[in-house]
Amino acid sequence: MAKVKGEIVVNTERCKGCELCVPVCKEKTIAMSSGLNSKGYHFATTVNEDCNGCTNCGLVCPDGAITVYRVKVA
Amino acid sequence: MNDILTREEIIAPENIVYERTCLLTDCALSYCPGCGHGTAHRLIMETIEEMNIQSETIGVAPVGCSVLAYEFMDIDMQQAAHGRAPAVATGIKRLYPNKFVFTYQGDGDLAAIGTGETLHTCNRGENIAIFFVNNGIYGMTGGQMAPTTLPGMKTATSPFGRDTASMGYPLKITELVAQLPGTFYVTRQSVHTPANVRKTKKAIEKAFEYQKLNRGLCFVEIVSNCNSGWKMTPQESNDWMEANMFPTYPLGDIKLPKL
Repeated sequence: MAKVKGEIVVNTERCKGCELCVPVCKEKTIAMSSGLNSKGYHFATTVNEDCNGCTNCGLVCPDGAITVYRVKVA
Repeated sequence: MNDILTREEIIAPENIVYERTCLLTDCALSYCPGCGHGTAHRLIMETIEEMNIQSETIGVAPVGCSVLAYEFMDIDMQQAAHGRAPAVATGIKRLYPNKFVFTYQGDGDLAAIGTGETLHTCNRGENIAIFFVNNGIYGMTGGQMAPTTLPGMKTATSPFGRDTASMGYPLKITELVAQLPGTFYVTRQSVHTPANVRKTKKAIEKAFEYQKLNRGLCFVEIVSNCNSGWKMTPQESNDWMEANMFPTYPLGDIKLPKL
């Protein structure tokens, strides 16, 4: 049972679709969207609810597009 | 219990554990997708924000990909001529000895055109910090060979690979400046994995902290990728960097201060 629950918010306009956040996510929460942002990049998006808020994706994102949230689940 | 938190409940300002620092402006970074420059910018600005020294810090932007660093960093910045950032920073630091002064330079700027300025600034032991982003190539001008290019590495001006017989060997300028008595702290880091990002941030924090001691120059090299110059995807370029750059440019502290 998970002790923490995380969530990420991707600034889709800032994301350049470099995909560096995908391999660092141990929970395989991040994938690239099929849609495009206004610059024509496939932006990062969440595909499951396993995020534990480890901040790995935020740390490697060169454009600072990811905000990470984390709460403790009792 | 309250196991069924909705996404909206988690996304609340009090639950933020990581967000983009407010010291980066809202301008979109001019770097290619996956470039390490963006991470390096963010780490420097995060450090300045956490140390709460934004009003006391003056940065010097170089020429190269990061020439527009003054557009992205929301602090006092000065842009210097190609390679001359350490000389400009010397002047700023001598006029304002209580300010934190740093330069942010690439390898073409620091190790080729500004070799003289870099070595002499390090030798004089100016109390500034130099952040050196090394990607082994002239990124902005189209991927020409730089002094830091690896032997056999293909670039726009060495299409058959760097031939050491006619083009020489990679210049390990970080090891070079570590020999000089003027440098206080010399280290080499990278920003391609979360663990390395954390280590790099610690090195940047030390570089600013040691400036308070006035004991010499702090030199932080960040080995980075240039995926468009190397003609690879961002992830491929990071893997290539681990396999090829790190044997020539091993990560770690090269000169630790004697406190």
